[in-house]
Amino acid sequence: MTPQILNESLKRQQRMELIEKLKLEIIEVLNLEDIKPEDIDADAPLFGEGLGLDSIDALELIVLLEKNYGIKIEDPKEGRKIFASVRTMADYILEHQKK
Amino acid sequence: MKLMLITRYSAVKPPVLLFNGSIVNEIDFNDPGEYLKTAYRRLNLSYPKFFKMDNLCKLAFLTTEILLKDFDLNSRYPSEKTGLIILNSSSSLETDEKHQESISDRNNYFPSPSVFVYTLPNIMTGELAIRHKIKGENSVFITEKPDAEFLYGQVSELFGSGRVNCCIAGWVEAYHEKLTSCLFLVENIEMADIEPKEIIIFDPSNIERIFKETTEDGTY
Repeated sequence: MTPQILNESLKRQQRMELIEKLKLEIIEVLNLEDIKPEDIDADAPLFGEGLGLDSIDALELIVLLEKNYGIKIEDPKEGRKIFASVRTMADYILEHQKK
Repeated sequence: MKLMLITRYSAVKPPVLLFNGSIVNEIDFNDPGEYLKTAYRRLNLSYPKFFKMDNLCKLAFLTTEILLKDFDLNSRYPSEKTGLIILNSSSSLETDEKHQESISDRNNYFPSPSVFVYTLPNIMTGELAIRHKIKGENSVFITEKPDAEFLYGQVSELFGSGRVNCCIAGWVEAYHEKLTSCLFLVENIEMADIEPKEIIIFDPSNIERIFKETTEDGTY
Protein backbone atom coordinates (compact mmCIF):
# COMPACT_ATOMS: atom_id res chain seq x y z
CA MET A 1 0.00 0.00 0.00
CA THR A 2 1.48 3.36 -1.03
CA PRO A 3 1.68 6.18 1.55
CA GLN A 4 -0.91 8.09 -0.50
CA ILE A 5 -3.41 5.22 -0.46
CA LEU A 6 -2.74 4.69 3.25
CA ASN A 7 -3.34 8.36 3.90
CA GLU A 8 -6.64 8.30 1.98
CA SER A 9 -7.74 5.22 3.86
CA LEU A 10 -6.97 6.86 7.21
CA LYS A 11 -8.89 9.96 6.17
CA ARG A 12 -11.92 7.87 5.24
CA GLN A 13 -11.74 6.07 8.56
CA GLN A 14 -11.44 9.35 10.44
CA ARG A 15 -14.40 10.76 8.55
CA MET A 16 -16.56 7.71 9.28
CA GLU A 17 -15.73 7.89 12.99
CA LEU A 18 -16.53 11.59 13.10
CA ILE A 19 -19.87 11.01 11.36
CA GLU A 20 -20.85 8.42 13.97
CA LYS A 21 -19.69 10.70 16.80
CA LEU A 22 -21.67 13.61 15.35
CA LYS A 23 -24.83 11.52 15.16
CA LEU A 24 -24.57 10.80 18.89
CA GLU A 25 -23.86 14.45 19.70
CA ILE A 26 -26.78 15.67 17.57
CA ILE A 27 -29.17 13.23 19.25
CA GLU A 28 -27.98 14.41 22.66
CA VAL A 29 -27.96 18.18 22.16
CA LEU A 30 -31.20 18.26 20.19
CA ASN A 31 -33.01 15.85 22.54
CA LEU A 32 -34.00 13.53 19.71
CA GLU A 33 -35.24 11.04 22.24
CA ASP A 34 -36.73 8.38 19.99
CA ILE A 35 -34.01 8.46 17.33
CA LYS A 36 -31.01 6.13 17.24
CA PRO A 37 -27.74 6.87 15.41
CA GLU A 38 -28.56 4.20 12.80
CA ASP A 39 -31.82 6.05 12.03
CA ILE A 40 -29.84 9.04 10.78
CA ASP A 41 -28.73 8.85 7.16
CA ALA A 42 -25.42 10.71 6.93
CA ASP A 43 -26.45 12.16 3.55
CA ALA A 44 -30.07 13.02 4.35
CA PRO A 45 -31.01 16.70 4.79
CA LEU A 46 -30.98 17.72 8.44
CA PHE A 47 -33.59 20.44 7.94
CA GLY A 48 -36.93 20.61 6.20
CA GLU A 49 -37.47 16.85 6.13
CA GLY A 50 -35.88 13.81 7.70
CA LEU A 51 -35.15 14.86 11.29
CA GLY A 52 -37.46 17.86 10.98
CA LEU A 53 -35.13 20.24 12.78
CA ASP A 54 -36.10 23.86 13.39
CA SER A 55 -34.33 27.22 13.71
CA ILE A 56 -33.53 26.71 17.42
CA ASP A 57 -31.92 23.40 16.51
CA ALA A 58 -29.79 25.25 13.94
CA LEU A 59 -28.53 27.58 16.68
CA GLU A 60 -27.85 24.58 18.89
CA LEU A 61 -25.72 23.00 16.13
CA ILE A 62 -23.72 26.22 15.81
CA VAL A 63 -23.04 26.05 19.57
CA LEU A 64 -22.09 22.36 19.24
CA LEU A 65 -19.44 23.17 16.61
CA GLU A 66 -17.96 25.87 18.79
CA LYS A 67 -18.12 24.01 22.09
CA ASN A 68 -16.98 20.57 20.95
CA TYR A 69 -14.74 21.42 17.99
CA GLY A 70 -13.63 25.00 18.59
CA ILE A 71 -15.08 26.09 15.25
CA LYS A 72 -16.88 29.41 15.15
CA ILE A 73 -19.19 30.11 12.26
CA GLU A 74 -18.84 33.82 11.56
CA ASP A 75 -21.10 34.03 8.53
CA PRO A 76 -24.61 32.65 9.24
CA LYS A 77 -25.08 32.13 5.48
CA GLU A 78 -22.44 29.41 5.66
CA GLY A 79 -24.74 27.42 7.94
CA ARG A 80 -26.98 26.29 5.11
CA LYS A 81 -24.09 24.45 3.44
CA ILE A 82 -22.40 23.24 6.62
CA PHE A 83 -25.57 21.80 8.13
CA ALA A 84 -26.95 20.30 4.94
CA SER A 85 -26.29 16.81 6.32
CA VAL A 86 -24.19 15.02 8.93
CA ARG A 87 -21.61 14.30 6.24
CA THR A 88 -21.25 17.97 5.27
CA MET A 89 -20.85 18.83 8.96
CA ALA A 90 -18.12 16.22 9.31
CA ASP A 91 -16.35 17.50 6.19
CA TYR A 92 -16.46 21.05 7.48
CA ILE A 93 -15.07 20.02 10.87
CA LEU A 94 -12.22 18.01 9.31
CA GLU A 95 -11.33 20.85 7.00
CA HIS A 96 -11.39 23.55 9.64
CA GLN A 97 -9.79 21.66 12.50
CA LYS A 98 -6.62 21.26 10.46
CA LYS A 99 -6.12 25.00 10.19
CA MET B 1 -79.05 31.64 29.82
CA LYS B 2 -75.54 30.26 29.83
CA LEU B 3 -73.48 28.97 32.70
CA MET B 4 -69.71 28.66 33.00
CA LEU B 5 -69.06 25.03 33.79
CA ILE B 6 -66.05 22.85 34.47
CA THR B 7 -66.87 20.16 31.95
CA ARG B 8 -63.73 18.12 32.61
CA TYR B 9 -60.52 18.46 34.57
CA SER B 10 -57.17 16.75 34.68
CA ALA B 11 -54.19 16.74 36.98
CA VAL B 12 -50.67 15.42 37.33
CA LYS B 13 -49.78 14.75 40.91
CA PRO B 14 -46.89 12.30 41.04
CA PRO B 15 -47.16 9.41 41.16
CA VAL B 16 -50.66 9.68 39.65
CA LEU B 17 -52.23 11.13 36.50
CA LEU B 18 -55.87 12.09 37.01
CA PHE B 19 -58.90 12.73 34.86
CA ASN B 20 -62.10 14.03 36.46
CA GLY B 21 -60.76 12.93 39.84
CA SER B 22 -60.01 9.34 38.82
CA ILE B 23 -56.55 7.86 38.44
CA VAL B 24 -55.76 7.12 34.81
CA ASN B 25 -52.16 6.10 35.39
CA GLU B 26 -49.63 5.69 38.16
CA ILE B 27 -45.87 5.93 37.65
CA ASP B 28 -43.02 5.36 40.08
CA PHE B 29 -41.51 8.72 40.87
CA ASN B 30 -37.77 9.24 41.30
CA ASP B 31 -36.55 11.83 38.83
CA PRO B 32 -39.12 14.43 37.63
CA GLY B 33 -37.73 14.45 34.07
CA GLU B 34 -37.96 10.65 33.81
CA TYR B 35 -41.43 10.72 35.35
CA LEU B 36 -42.66 13.12 32.66
CA LYS B 37 -41.10 11.09 29.85
CA THR B 38 -42.61 7.89 31.20
CA ALA B 39 -46.01 9.58 31.44
CA TYR B 40 -45.70 10.68 27.80
CA ARG B 41 -45.04 7.08 26.75
CA ARG B 42 -47.80 5.66 28.91
CA LEU B 43 -50.26 8.04 27.29
CA ASN B 44 -49.16 6.76 23.85
CA LEU B 45 -48.49 10.25 22.53
CA SER B 46 -46.63 11.10 19.37
CA TYR B 47 -45.25 14.61 19.45
CA PRO B 48 -41.42 14.56 19.21
CA LYS B 49 -41.17 18.22 20.19
CA PHE B 50 -42.22 17.14 23.70
CA PHE B 51 -38.66 16.00 24.37
CA LYS B 52 -37.27 19.44 23.59
CA MET B 53 -39.49 21.16 26.14
CA ASP B 54 -38.48 22.01 29.69
CA ASN B 55 -40.24 20.27 32.58
CA LEU B 56 -42.77 23.07 33.03
CA CYS B 57 -43.93 22.84 29.41
CA LYS B 58 -43.84 19.03 29.51
CA LEU B 59 -46.11 19.08 32.54
CA ALA B 60 -48.54 21.56 30.96
CA PHE B 61 -48.50 19.52 27.75
CA LEU B 62 -49.27 16.20 29.48
CA THR B 63 -52.00 17.68 31.66
CA THR B 64 -53.67 19.14 28.58
CA GLU B 65 -53.37 15.86 26.69
CA ILE B 66 -55.23 14.11 29.53
CA LEU B 67 -57.77 16.93 29.66
CA LEU B 68 -58.57 16.87 25.95
CA LYS B 69 -58.44 13.13 25.33
CA ASP B 70 -61.35 12.18 23.05
CA PHE B 71 -62.51 15.79 22.98
CA ASP B 72 -62.31 17.50 19.61
CA LEU B 73 -61.66 21.06 20.73
CA ASN B 74 -61.19 22.45 17.22
CA SER B 75 -64.47 21.16 15.86
CA ARG B 76 -66.40 22.55 18.83
CA TYR B 77 -64.87 26.01 19.15
CA PRO B 78 -63.21 28.45 16.75
CA SER B 79 -59.50 28.67 17.60
CA GLU B 80 -59.84 32.45 18.20
CA LYS B 81 -62.53 31.84 20.81
CA THR B 82 -60.55 29.42 22.95
CA GLY B 83 -58.44 30.86 25.75
CA LEU B 84 -55.66 29.68 28.06
CA ILE B 85 -55.16 31.01 31.58
CA ILE B 86 -52.53 29.31 33.72
CA LEU B 87 -51.18 30.13 37.17
CA ASN B 88 -47.97 28.97 38.77
CA SER B 89 -45.64 30.05 41.54
CA SER B 90 -42.11 29.31 40.29
CA SER B 91 -42.52 30.81 36.84
CA SER B 92 -39.76 29.31 34.66
CA LEU B 93 -37.22 29.44 37.49
CA GLU B 94 -35.79 25.94 36.98
CA THR B 95 -34.90 26.73 33.38
CA ASP B 96 -33.72 30.23 34.34
CA GLU B 97 -31.27 28.59 36.74
CA LYS B 98 -30.08 26.18 34.07
CA HIS B 99 -29.47 29.06 31.68
CA GLN B 100 -27.74 31.07 34.38
CA GLU B 101 -25.38 28.15 35.05
CA SER B 102 -24.41 28.05 31.39
CA ILE B 103 -23.37 31.70 31.37
CA SER B 104 -21.77 32.00 34.80
CA ASP B 105 -18.26 30.92 33.73
CA ARG B 106 -16.71 33.35 31.25
CA ASN B 107 -14.19 30.70 30.21
CA ASN B 108 -16.87 28.16 29.47
CA TYR B 109 -19.57 30.43 28.09
CA PHE B 110 -21.91 28.33 25.99
CA PRO B 111 -25.53 29.34 26.56
CA SER B 112 -27.86 26.84 24.96
CA PRO B 113 -30.44 28.40 22.61
CA SER B 114 -32.84 25.55 23.29
CA VAL B 115 -32.65 26.20 27.03
CA PHE B 116 -32.88 29.96 26.65
CA VAL B 117 -36.16 29.81 24.70
CA TYR B 118 -37.86 28.32 27.76
CA THR B 119 -36.82 31.09 30.15
CA LEU B 120 -40.35 32.54 30.17
CA PRO B 121 -43.43 30.87 31.68
CA ASN B 122 -45.57 32.08 28.76
CA ILE B 123 -43.77 29.59 26.53
CA MET B 124 -45.93 27.00 28.27
CA THR B 125 -49.13 28.54 26.87
CA GLY B 126 -47.38 29.01 23.53
CA GLU B 127 -46.61 25.31 23.32
CA LEU B 128 -50.22 24.43 24.16
CA ALA B 129 -51.51 26.94 21.63
CA ILE B 130 -49.37 25.37 18.90
CA ARG B 131 -50.33 21.84 19.82
CA HIS B 132 -54.09 22.50 20.02
CA LYS B 133 -54.36 25.35 17.50
CA ILE B 134 -55.57 27.79 20.13
CA LYS B 135 -55.49 31.44 19.07
CA GLY B 136 -57.58 33.13 21.76
CA GLU B 137 -56.39 35.11 24.78
CA ASN B 138 -53.65 33.44 26.75
CA SER B 139 -51.85 34.44 29.91
CA VAL B 140 -49.69 33.07 32.68
CA PHE B 141 -49.93 34.62 36.12
CA ILE B 142 -47.57 34.07 39.01
CA THR B 143 -49.40 33.42 42.26
CA GLU B 144 -47.99 31.96 45.46
CA LYS B 145 -50.54 29.13 45.58
CA PRO B 146 -53.29 27.81 43.31
CA ASP B 147 -55.54 30.85 43.74
CA ALA B 148 -59.17 29.95 43.03
CA GLU B 149 -60.55 33.48 43.39
CA PHE B 150 -57.95 34.96 41.11
CA LEU B 151 -58.39 32.27 38.45
CA TYR B 152 -62.15 32.66 38.59
CA GLY B 153 -61.81 36.44 38.17
CA GLN B 154 -59.54 36.17 35.13
CA VAL B 155 -61.53 33.50 33.35
CA SER B 156 -64.96 34.99 34.03
CA GLU B 157 -63.71 38.35 32.76
CA LEU B 158 -62.70 36.66 29.49
CA PHE B 159 -66.07 34.98 29.12
CA GLY B 160 -67.92 38.14 30.16
CA SER B 161 -66.19 40.23 27.54
CA GLY B 162 -67.16 37.71 24.85
CA ARG B 163 -63.56 37.09 23.89
CA VAL B 164 -63.75 33.35 24.52
CA ASN B 165 -66.40 30.62 24.47
CA CYS B 166 -64.11 28.05 25.99
CA CYS B 167 -61.02 28.20 28.17
CA ILE B 168 -58.37 25.86 29.47
CA ALA B 169 -57.51 27.21 32.89
CA GLY B 170 -55.70 26.13 36.01
CA TRP B 171 -52.40 25.58 37.73
CA VAL B 172 -49.11 24.16 36.39
CA GLU B 173 -46.12 24.21 38.71
CA ALA B 174 -42.76 22.58 38.04
CA TYR B 175 -39.66 23.31 40.07
CA HIS B 176 -37.21 20.44 40.45
CA GLU B 177 -38.98 17.67 42.45
CA LYS B 178 -42.11 19.76 42.86
CA LEU B 179 -44.56 18.89 40.08
CA THR B 180 -48.25 19.68 40.40
CA SER B 181 -50.86 20.58 37.86
CA CYS B 182 -54.59 20.85 37.56
CA LEU B 183 -56.34 22.12 34.45
CA PHE B 184 -60.03 22.72 33.86
CA LEU B 185 -61.92 22.82 30.62
CA VAL B 186 -64.33 25.68 31.15
CA GLU B 187 -67.25 26.00 28.75
CA ASN B 188 -70.20 28.34 28.52
CA ILE B 189 -73.21 26.07 28.25
CA GLU B 190 -76.91 26.78 27.81
CA MET B 191 -78.77 25.81 30.96
CA ALA B 192 -81.28 23.86 28.89
CA ASP B 193 -78.49 21.60 27.60
CA ILE B 194 -77.11 20.73 31.02
CA GLU B 195 -77.55 17.35 32.67
CA PRO B 196 -78.09 18.40 36.32
CA LYS B 197 -76.22 15.44 37.83
CA GLU B 198 -73.07 16.18 35.86
CA ILE B 199 -72.56 19.84 36.47
CA ILE B 200 -69.65 21.47 38.22
CA ILE B 201 -70.16 25.20 38.13
CA PHE B 202 -66.98 27.15 37.52
CA ASP B 203 -66.96 29.17 40.72
CA PRO B 204 -64.33 29.83 43.41
CA SER B 205 -65.57 27.16 45.79
CA ASN B 206 -65.49 24.36 43.21
CA ILE B 207 -62.15 25.53 41.86
CA GLU B 208 -60.75 25.63 45.39
CA ARG B 209 -62.09 22.16 46.16
CA ILE B 210 -60.57 20.58 43.06
CA PHE B 211 -57.30 22.48 43.49
CA LYS B 212 -57.07 21.05 47.03
CA GLU B 213 -57.80 17.52 45.83
CA THR B 214 -55.27 17.64 43.06
CA THR B 215 -52.41 19.77 44.35
CA GLU B 216 -52.23 19.27 48.10
CA ASP B 217 -50.37 16.40 49.74
CA GLY B 218 -52.08 13.26 50.92
CA THR B 219 -55.21 13.16 48.77
CA TYR B 220 -54.12 10.39 46.37
